[in-house]
Amino acid sequence: MKTTRVLAASLLAAVMSVTATSADEGTPHPPREKWSFAGIFGRFDQAQLQRGFQVYKEVCSSCHSMSLVRFRNLSEAGGPGFSTGQVKELASQYKVKEQNDAGEDVERPARAADAFPSPFPNEKAAAAANGGKAPPDFSVLAKARTYERGFPLFVVDALPFVGFSEQGVDYIHALLNGYEDPPGGKEIPSGTYYNKYYAGHLIAMPKPISDGQVTYAKNDKGEPVVPETVDQYSKDVAAFMAWAAEPHMMARKALGLRVILFLLVLSGLLYYVKKKIWAKVGGEVHGLQPELHKTY
Amino acid sequence: MSAHGNTYVPKSALAKWFESRLPLIGLVHSSFVSFPVPRNLNYFWTFGAILIAMLVSQIVTGIWLAMHYDPSAANAFNSVEHIMRDVNYGWLLRYMHANGASMFFVAVYVHIFRALYYGSYKAPREVLYILGVIIYLLMMATAFLGYTLPWGQMSFWGATVITNILAAIPVVGDTIQSLLWGGYSVGNPTLNRFFSLHYLLPFMITGVVVLHVWALHVTGQNNPAGIPIKSGKDAVAFTPYATIKDVFASVVFFAFFAYWIFYQPNYLGHADNYVPANPAVTPAHIVPEWYFLPFYAILRAVPDKLGGVILMFSAVLILALAPWLDTSRVRSCNYRPIYRQFFWLFVVVCIVLGWLGAKPPEGGYVLAARICTAYYFLHFLLVMPLVGLFETPKALPGSILETVTGPGKQVSGSGMPVGAAAAPSSKG
Repeated sequence: MKTTRVLAASLLAAVMSVTATSADEGTPHPPREKWSFAGIFGRFDQAQLQRGFQVYKEVCSSCHSMSLVRFRNLSEAGGPGFSTGQVKELASQYKVKEQNDAGEDVERPARAADAFPSPFPNEKAAAAANGGKAPPDFSVLAKARTYERGFPLFVVDALPFVGFSEQGVDYIHALLNGYEDPPGGKEIPSGTYYNKYYAGHLIAMPKPISDGQVTYAKNDKGEPVVPETVDQYSKDVAAFMAWAAEPHMMARKALGLRVILFLLVLSGLLYYVKKKIWAKVGGEVHGLQPELHKTY
Repeated sequence: MSAHGNTYVPKSALAKWFESRLPLIGLVHSSFVSFPVPRNLNYFWTFGAILIAMLVSQIVTGIWLAMHYDPSAANAFNSVEHIMRDVNYGWLLRYMHANGASMFFVAVYVHIFRALYYGSYKAPREVLYILGVIIYLLMMATAFLGYTLPWGQMSFWGATVITNILAAIPVVGDTIQSLLWGGYSVGNPTLNRFFSLHYLLPFMITGVVVLHVWALHVTGQNNPAGIPIKSGKDAVAFTPYATIKDVFASVVFFAFFAYWIFYQPNYLGHADNYVPANPAVTPAHIVPEWYFLPFYAILRAVPDKLGGVILMFSAVLILALAPWLDTSRVRSCNYRPIYRQFFWLFVVVCIVLGWLGAKPPEGGYVLAARICTAYYFLHFLLVMPLVGLFETPKALPGSILETVTGPGKQVSGSGMPVGAAAAPSSKG
């Protein structure tokens, strides 16, 4: 019995390690970052989300839409924590199209209930203006990107406390820091740029942001709170995208803790009830009539 | 359910009046209260109750999701995001439903491997077991249909791959494909049809589950010793004994389920399915959900398309032949020293096939998949018939009671059970 199990386990490990060697394609894994929102007790850092939104607004939003996020989301619990007044003011800076009663297309200032207007009128226009491929929408992008961790890490990633589900955010951060000169000074097709972390390395997006491009709010003494570098910008905008993709994440994690604790306590109580009931089992059981209950 | 003597005695006048017109309470009583349960069942036997809980959970969350979901190619993706963002606790409903499908399969795989290990498929439980295989097939169809509904990249391309597989069936393949597509490719009509069928199949599952439970209550449950109940000392009443055990195990399982919902809600899915469906862009790897991976590996292990399809369907259908392929008269692997080793080898082969199904079909993966596929079928076609003929099983215990208390020990017949088990009906 024991030997079979050992044999079976080693067979499993052998097959996996033999075949695993043929997997890698030469794209390095994104470095793993520390995120405030990772893990069971993870929470978004409000200041970081506000900075991330600033980066999105001033840099990314000129090409990338975020059409599933509404202005009002910015003031909802578990998000960047803007006030409703700030959101109203912010929304009014945008124009959205609507039809008036005469059936004419008119523009009006956006309201808190509106979704973020897209930078291009439609996907074709977005593609035409960006070398043939529309820049992806930001709404769920942090969940739509990942990288393969391979065996056995993918098993560890599922576990509590050591688990890992921020592959997408790590990838976005890495991508924004992955622009380099092509190795060996190789020529690359025009309209593409070399990026270490992009699959195939040739990305259509030029390096979108550089050090000092966005000016963050200073503290009371007029000193910067965080460095104004690409590394910091990309961390902030990736965190913002994680929130945009999962605006109820904090509510989910908080509720989860209560639900699981409740179920564990309940199961503990039920275990003792079960033990107590089963302690009574002794002889003949009421209601059992062997001649009627033909059990095999 | 009606195979047992009706031990329910109505007390009130109303209950007597009703019972003499429709003996429904008596039916429930004989099936879930006084029903005799082997007293040596281990926790693997709680997965039947867990599966019923999961089926109910999937149907309830599914009905609520359908109130907010829009089954059109243009809006499906955004309506799922509307559920995630704007519907009160919509994120909870959706993550419960998506992860619930996975947990349903976790439980059904434990349930199936339990049946295989303890020989629950053998006479007289063949029909009960085959009904189980039918439920499993319906579950697979339902899960596949459900995965297409968010209309992401993996939904779209998964639907494309699977409907193309069906087209390989001789004679009727093209007709089946056209019927499912509702056009010349996967598109809006396909999504409408899939949604309709996804809503229909769970109720068909429920119907077969009723038959499955009915058949169970005719033959009675198998048990870890694989020997029949011989006297009342071998059994306990379903309520309260099995009931409390099932409730306890279900709550533990739901704590496990909750971990996925709240802390790893997207782990079992694919990042690509958060990219809206795009017929013009094929994902780098089209991979089905984890619970289909062993069959996907078998499909791709065969170089010929039709051959792969035949083998993939055979891999499920061959399960239904187990009662006749296994020649051993001993049910439980606890008393089958040789077959037990093959059983664990079979489990490992299934897991390796699952892992191979997630890998690209190239190089060493293909060879490994072919070896494992060969063993998968040989296990049924060669190991099951032959080992049964040549193996010398261990001596079976004299009774179920003996496996609990040890051989030769006597238990006094004057214990609590009579009074304890009688208590529920005295209130009735």
